Amino acid sequence: MSTQLDLECRQVVKSFGKFTAVDNVSLEIPQGSFFSILGPSGCGKTTLLRMLAGFIEPTTGDIRIKDKSMLGVPPNKRPANMVFQHLALFPMMNVAENIAYGLKRRKIGQAEIDRKVADVLERVSLPDAGEKRIEQLSGGQRQRIAIARSLVLEPALLLLDEPLGALDLKLREHMKVELKQLQHEVGTTFVYITHDQSEALVMSDNVAVMNEGRFEQVGTPQDLYYNPSTAFVAGFVGDANRWEGRIESLEGGQAMVALEEGGVIATSFAPGTSFSAGETVDLFVRPEAIVIERSKAAQEKARLSGGKNTLSGVVQNLLFDGANSRALVRDQATGHEVMVSLPQTGAFSDLKSGEALVLSWDVEKTRAFKATKAASQGIAA
Amino acid sequence: MSSVSTLSGTAEQERKVPVIKLGTFLLMLPLLLWLFLLIILPHVDLLMVSLREKLGYREYAFSFQNYIEFFTEPLYWNTFVRTAVMSIIATVITLVVGFPISYYIAKVLKGKKRSLLFMMCLIPFWVSELVRTFGWMILLRESGVISSFLQWAGVVDGPVEMLYNDASLMVGLVYTSMLFMVVPLVSVLDTLDDSLIEAGYDLGGNTFNILREIVIPHAMPGIASGCIVVFMLTLGNYLTPTLLGGKDGLWFTEQIYNQFITRFNWESGSAFGFLLLILSSAIVFVGLKLSRQTLADTVK
Amino acid sequence: MKSAKTTLSLKKAILGVTAIVGLAFSAQAQAEELRLLTWGGYAPDAVVEQFKAETGIDVKVTKSNNEEMIAKLRATGGGGFDLAQPSQDRIAGAQAENRIYKPMDLSKIDSSLFISSMLDATKTNTTYEGEVYGVPHIWGTSGLVLDTKKAGDVKDYADLCNEAHAGKVSYRLKRPTLIGFAFSMGMDPFEAYGDTAKYQEIMDKVEAKLISCKANVKTYWEGGDALLNLVRSGEVVAAMAWDTGGWKLNGDNPDVTFVAPASGALGWIDTFALPRKTENEEAAYKWINFVMRPEIAAQITAEAGNFTASKGADAFAEDKLKAQFQASFPEQDLNNIKWYPTVPAGLETIEGKVLDRVKAASSN
Repeated sequence: MSTQLDLECRQVVKSFGKFTAVDNVSLEIPQGSFFSILGPSGCGKTTLLRMLAGFIEPTTGDIRIKDKSMLGVPPNKRPANMVFQHLALFPMMNVAENIAYGLKRRKIGQAEIDRKVADVLERVSLPDAGEKRIEQLSGGQRQRIAIARSLVLEPALLLLDEPLGALDLKLREHMKVELKQLQHEVGTTFVYITHDQSEALVMSDNVAVMNEGRFEQVGTPQDLYYNPSTAFVAGFVGDANRWEGRIESLEGGQAMVALEEGGVIATSFAPGTSFSAGETVDLFVRPEAIVIERSKAAQEKARLSGGKNTLSGVVQNLLFDGANSRALVRDQATGHEVMVSLPQTGAFSDLKSGEALVLSWDVEKTRAFKATKAASQGIAA
Repeated sequence: MSSVSTLSGTAEQERKVPVIKLGTFLLMLPLLLWLFLLIILPHVDLLMVSLREKLGYREYAFSFQNYIEFFTEPLYWNTFVRTAVMSIIATVITLVVGFPISYYIAKVLKGKKRSLLFMMCLIPFWVSELVRTFGWMILLRESGVISSFLQWAGVVDGPVEMLYNDASLMVGLVYTSMLFMVVPLVSVLDTLDDSLIEAGYDLGGNTFNILREIVIPHAMPGIASGCIVVFMLTLGNYLTPTLLGGKDGLWFTEQIYNQFITRFNWESGSAFGFLLLILSSAIVFVGLKLSRQTLADTVK
Repeated sequence: MKSAKTTLSLKKAILGVTAIVGLAFSAQAQAEELRLLTWGGYAPDAVVEQFKAETGIDVKVTKSNNEEMIAKLRATGGGGFDLAQPSQDRIAGAQAENRIYKPMDLSKIDSSLFISSMLDATKTNTTYEGEVYGVPHIWGTSGLVLDTKKAGDVKDYADLCNEAHAGKVSYRLKRPTLIGFAFSMGMDPFEAYGDTAKYQEIMDKVEAKLISCKANVKTYWEGGDALLNLVRSGEVVAAMAWDTGGWKLNGDNPDVTFVAPASGALGWIDTFALPRKTENEEAAYKWINFVMRPEIAAQITAEAGNFTASKGADAFAEDKLKAQFQASFPEQDLNNIKWYPTVPAGLETIEGKVLDRVKAASSN
C-alpha cells in the first residue's frame, strides 16, 4: 500500500467545558480506503466527524488532510465533503442544481458544470434525474444524489454521517453493497461513521471502534471480529456470550476460569495481554463458535472435557431467522443463558424448546479480558 | 392514471356536498354572520355610497364621478403614490432590519436568550400605538432626549429637530411594523434545517451565497407574508404619519379620514377607501408575481 | 385609517343590532340619563354632580369636536345622543344636508338667563326653514398665541410667515386658519360666503400664501394639548390658536399670551342643539337652563377658560381670567371680532381641497 495519507489525526482532543467528547484520538487513513468509525451513540464519533469537516475546531491536536494542517481552515475551504445524516439536500433546488451548487462556488464554466453533473449522475445510475425536484425522489435516490453532490467536487475525503440510518432494512442492505461498490470505483477515501456494526463490517477496509471519546481498537473488520483487543470491542462488534469469573490457574497459553455460578471455563489470551491468578475476568464466546449436540445426559456444570469447553442446557427459546437462526440455551446448573447459532446444514431444524443440548467450543475460541464496566455496556448496546 | 381517478373522486365528492346538515350549518353560522355583517355588508354599503354623486341636499345620482376625480385630480393621485412608495420603502427597510434579527433569534440563539430577545421584540406592542408614537415624539423632538444628548455631548451647538419629516416618519413606521415582520420570519427560519446551512458551507459556499441561494429561497413564503402584512399595515396606518410625519406628508388614510370627517364627503371617502383596497391589492399581486410566490404559499 | 372607514359604515350595519339591544335598555334608562355630545371642559364633573343632586338625572358626557359631532350624528341619523353642542355656524348646513337636528322649543328655555344679543344672533344663524335649531352656550375667539419677548413683532396671521421665526411657528390645517389668513391678507371671506367663485378666488390666494409659508412652520398642530406643549417647551414662539390656550400658558409664563390679531380675532359660539332622535328632550332643556345659571356658568368658565352666554356670570368669574381677557381684548379689538356666519354648503369642499394641497405641498 502506498504511504500517501489522505487523513491523519494527531492526538485530537475536543472538550466542551468539563466534558471531553473526543479524547486523544490519533488515526491515519491511507489514500483510497473505506474507513469506518463505529461506536454507540454519544461516543464522540459525530464530534470527531464534524471536526474533520471543519464545523468544530479541536481543543488540542492536529488534523491533516493530504498532509496539510486543517487547523483554522473553514469548512468551505477544506478538501473534504460531507454527506449529512438526513442528507441535507436543498429542497429549493432541483437535482442538477443541488449537484452544481459546489461547482458554481468554484467559478467553473457552465458547460463544464453541466458535463460534470451529467457524469456524476451517470455514475450514481440516475442519468435522467437532473430536472427532478428533491421531493420526487425515493429514499435511495436521494442517498445517491447526496453522495453525488459531494463526489462531483472530487474531494480528498468524503465524510458520511450515518446516511443509511433513515432507510428501511432492505434498502439499507442494498445501499451497503452499492456504497462499497461506488467507493471502489471512484477511489475516493470514505470516512463513514455509524453505530451499526453490520454497516461498518460489510463496507470498510478498516474500522475504528470508538467508546467514550477514545478509540478502543482500529483494524480490519476481520481483526475486530476475531481478535478483539478489548472487552468493549468483543461485546460491541458482533454478538457474544459473556461470563464473569476468576482465574483459578494459568498454564501455558491457557487459563482456567471459575464462574461465579459454578463451573469452569478454559480460555486463551489475546496476544499481548497478561493475567495473573485470582484476577476477575470477562469471558466472550461467539454464538457460532459453539457446537451443539442433542443429549440425554444428566445436567452438568461447565467444564473442560476432551480439550473443549462443555456445558449442558435446555433450549429456552428458538429464534428462527433463516440462515441466521439461533437458540437460547439455559444452563440448568447455573441459570446462565447462552446464545448458540444453529448450523446452516439444517441439522437442527426440528429442534424444539425444552430439548436438552450439550454445548462445546474450542478453548481458543474463548476470549478473556480484564473485567470492566465497559464490557457490559458494549453488550447492552 | 392516478390523476384521472383523483379527478373523478373529487367530482363524486362534489355531488355530495349540497347536502349540508343542519348541525353543520349552525356551527358555521357565527362565521357566516361575522363574514356577512362585518366584512361583506359594510363593503357593499361602501361601494354603493362611493358610486353616487351629490347633486344637492339629499339628492344623489349614480355616477363614477368620485372615482374619476381620484384619477384626474393630481392631489389625490400623488398622495396615493407617495403613500404607496413610502409604504414600500418602509416594508423594505423593515425586512432588511428584521431579517438579521429573525435569523439571530431563530438560528443563533438558544433557550432563554432566544425567548428573551423575542420578548423584547414583543414588549413594545403591549402598549398602544399612540403611546409608542408619543414615545418617539419625546425622543425626537427639538427639546427631546436625543437632541439634548447631542448638545450635551457637544456634537451639535443648538437644538436639532428630528420630528416632522419623512425620516422620522420612516422610523416610526418601521418600528410599528417590526413585530409583524419578525414573527413570520422567525417561524419560517425555524423550519430551516441547520444542516442545509452546514451543507452549503461544506460544499464551498460562503455566507453571502448561502443566504442568497438557501436561506432566502427557504424563507421566501415568510418574507412574502411578512411583507404583505407590513405593507398593508403601513399603507393603512393613520396615527404614525399624522403624528410623526408632520407638515410635509399627506398620508392616503388621512385623506380618507378627511373626506369622511372634516369634509362630510362620504361619497369620495368611500371611493378612496375602495381604491385603496384595490390598488394595494394590485401592488401586493405584482409583488407576489415578481417574487414568484403564490398567496397560498404565503398563508401556509 | 382603514378602521375609521370601516367603523363608519359599520355603524349602519350594527345599527339594527344596537337598536334591539337599545330598546331593551332604554325603557329603564330613559328617565335618568342625559347623553351629552360636547367639547372638553363644557361639562365639568362638579356641575354634573350638582345637576344630578338637583334633578336626579345622570349626564353621560362624550367629548368631541365639530366635525366628529356631525359625523357621529350623521352615522346614526341623529341618534345616540340627547343633546349636542356644535358651533353655531355649522348647524344650518348640516341640518340641510343630513337632517340630524330637531327644532328647539324656545318656550322651554329661560331666555332671561342669556345675554340677549348673543341669543338673538345665534337664533338667526341657526334658523333653517323657519325653525330655530340652536341656543348659545360658550363663546370664544381664535387669534395669536405669542411669546411676546421673542415674537413681539407678530401682529397678524400673515406675520407668522416672517422669516425671523422660521421653524418656530405653528397653526392648524383647518378652516379657521384659511379664514384668518384671508382676513389678514386684506380680504373678507365672510362676505364671499354666498359667491362660490369669489370664495374660490380668495381661497386660491390663501393657498398660495400657506404653501409659501410652509417652510416657516414647525408642524401643523392637531390637538390643543400638543400646541400647549410646543409653546411651553419654547419650540414654537408664535401660533394661531384659541384664546384659552394663550391664557393657560400665560399662567405659567407671563411672556406668553393671547393676542387679538390686527385684522380681528375670529369669534365662535358653541351652542346647544337637539339631535333628531333625542330620547330625553326634557332633561336636555333642564340641563340648558341649569348650566346657564350665572353661578354654574362661572364654574364652567373656570374649567373651560371661555366665557359663556349666561347673563351675569361675569360677576362670578375669576379676576385673573377677567384681567387676561381685558389684556387681550382692548375695546377696539373686542369690537373687531369677526363672528362666523353660517357656512353655506359647498364651501367645505373648496376649503378641503385647499387644505389637502397645502398639506401635500413640499415645504422647500
